[in-house]
Amino acid sequence: MTAPLIELKDLTVDFPVGGNWVRALHGVSLTIRRGEALGLVGESGSGKSVTWLAATKLLPAKARIDGKVLLDGKPIQGLTRDQMASVRGKRVALIFQDPTSSLNPVHRVGTQIGEAVRLHRGFDAAAARAEAKRLLDRVHIPSAARRLDDYPHELSGGTNQRVMIAMALAGEPDLLVADEPTTALDVTIQAQILDLLAEMRRETGMALVLISHDLGIVADITDRVAVMYAGRIVEEAPVDALFDDPRHPYTQGLLAALPDVAGPRRRLTAIPGQVPNPAALPPGCAFAPRCPAAIAGCVTAIPSLDAVAADRRTACFRAGDGTPWEIAA
Amino acid sequence: MLGYVASRAFRALVTILLVLTFAFFILNATGDPAILILSADAPPEAIEAFREEWGLNAPLWKQYIGYLWNLAHGELGRSMRDGRDAWAVVSERIPVTLAITIPALIIKLVIGISAGIVAALWRDTWVDRLVMAFSVTGYTVPSFVLGLALMLVFAVQLGWLPAAGADSWRHAILPIITLGVAGAAVLARFTRSAMLEVLGQPFIRTGLAKGLVWRAVVIGHAFPNAAIPTLTIAGFMIGSLVAGAVVVESVFAWPGVGRLLVSAVGNRDLMVVQAILLLVTVTMVSANLIVDIVYGFVDPRLRTARGGQARGGT
Repeated sequence: MTAPLIELKDLTVDFPVGGNWVRALHGVSLTIRRGEALGLVGESGSGKSVTWLAATKLLPAKARIDGKVLLDGKPIQGLTRDQMASVRGKRVALIFQDPTSSLNPVHRVGTQIGEAVRLHRGFDAAAARAEAKRLLDRVHIPSAARRLDDYPHELSGGTNQRVMIAMALAGEPDLLVADEPTTALDVTIQAQILDLLAEMRRETGMALVLISHDLGIVADITDRVAVMYAGRIVEEAPVDALFDDPRHPYTQGLLAALPDVAGPRRRLTAIPGQVPNPAALPPGCAFAPRCPAAIAGCVTAIPSLDAVAADRRTACFRAGDGTPWEIAA
Repeated sequence: MLGYVASRAFRALVTILLVLTFAFFILNATGDPAILILSADAPPEAIEAFREEWGLNAPLWKQYIGYLWNLAHGELGRSMRDGRDAWAVVSERIPVTLAITIPALIIKLVIGISAGIVAALWRDTWVDRLVMAFSVTGYTVPSFVLGLALMLVFAVQLGWLPAAGADSWRHAILPIITLGVAGAAVLARFTRSAMLEVLGQPFIRTGLAKGLVWRAVVIGHAFPNAAIPTLTIAGFMIGSLVAGAVVVESVFAWPGVGRLLVSAVGNRDLMVVQAILLLVTVTMVSANLIVDIVYGFVDPRLRTARGGQARGGT
């Protein structure tokens, strides 16, 4: 097993809401090893994005962040915003959900990629342009030399996401965090972008965190999956183990809601109810009100994330008691 | 791009013609220049002679055609007061007005834009609240009130500066400050909201995510985008350089174009009023035209909206 690249330890995030602090992240601990691909899955508002925006100090200054972030074993949480800038892009790169609005509308894409190249590798303008062209080639944008002078609004969403990936690769990062990179794109384009991410990871050996609300998307290109619910990780397992033998009722629910291309036709089961409001979480397990396997203890105490096997963790009092979604259905 | 400029220029010409037409008919409908200039007690023969001399007996539409015809030949007519060429009367006032409006414009741009940026970057802090308090005061207080207040404090009470007139550069200071403060207040508010809008955009986060420090993101990514809406209001201010000081010139007895306009309207000196309106319309319309063209350079989205097309598959 390779050394940990980045470790999040008991990360919490609070946002000020009308004079109160509302906790969005309840102590998330996560380890990414060099070169590994982790899927981070959960519904909107589960804290997937906030986790990585907090770890890279991209949250608004008014958010209160606690806990530790270790990069190569060294804490980076105490760094100032400007010191953090040398970590971002160079060590940890990020790409986001809506590629077109994530690019500056008044700068040419070549300029925007070149800016990252110059920043991280100290190239002059001409060399940065040549490198930007090479990066566009690498992300398979046709006639890359001509695209350098295009503006984001002249390109499609899929091409812009390739530009974002090219820009992320400019700093030769050790970790790429892709936050819902395909959510805003057409289904056919989604697959191409996921393939590209997998290819870039193979070529560069960088680690990848793929944030998605869709288990199906992360299944193909990640090694390990962490499932988040209401600001906590509720289950973490190697991707095959998670699909074969989900232990947490929430994970089971997500899988039951996923269409199965290969298997027999069956009715998809939706998880009833909604993600609770972070300002009014239930006192016990946050999933208990929606959980078909919930017992009396679930509504009073919060289950901790415990190892249930050598390489997997689950936060459920009833982990391994059966498959409640099949029982319920 | 060329077609765009040509169509904007054509629209500008139509605008100017419309303004001149309105001005001509409204001014002619609101009073008889012969009576106003010679006074109602003047002998009827004198009034008749005056009408004859200025062509006021012809039907209005003939006067209008004649006016346009002369205009097309570069003739703006003569002042009915003293018979001087109307354009000469107006043009000698232009430098006098610019002497206060250009320094005021510099104050507006420098103070207004920087205050707006500072307020946006330190949003919801005491700096922001201070800037906004000044801004609200600056643009809600009418300029004649502000001018009189400044005059009261700095001329009457403290005696540091002359109250009115145009005998020295010191006379220009209070009019310049009066004009500058009001404009800076408007521009500060505009710039602040433009900056806040831009700072909330996803590409600002991308700038930080790629490793730029905050300062570099603000300068390299926020400013060029926030400049686009700010340009509109700045262009409007440039367009009003010639005629934007009517009230302030009156308050401070500054003998510029604005004061000439007030007295020419009062005197029914039609040709002078029309010459001033033409000047004002042309400067305002040209400033708008220039802003439109500059937009095309600053905002690439407008450039392609006019002729280019989206390229590239995925």
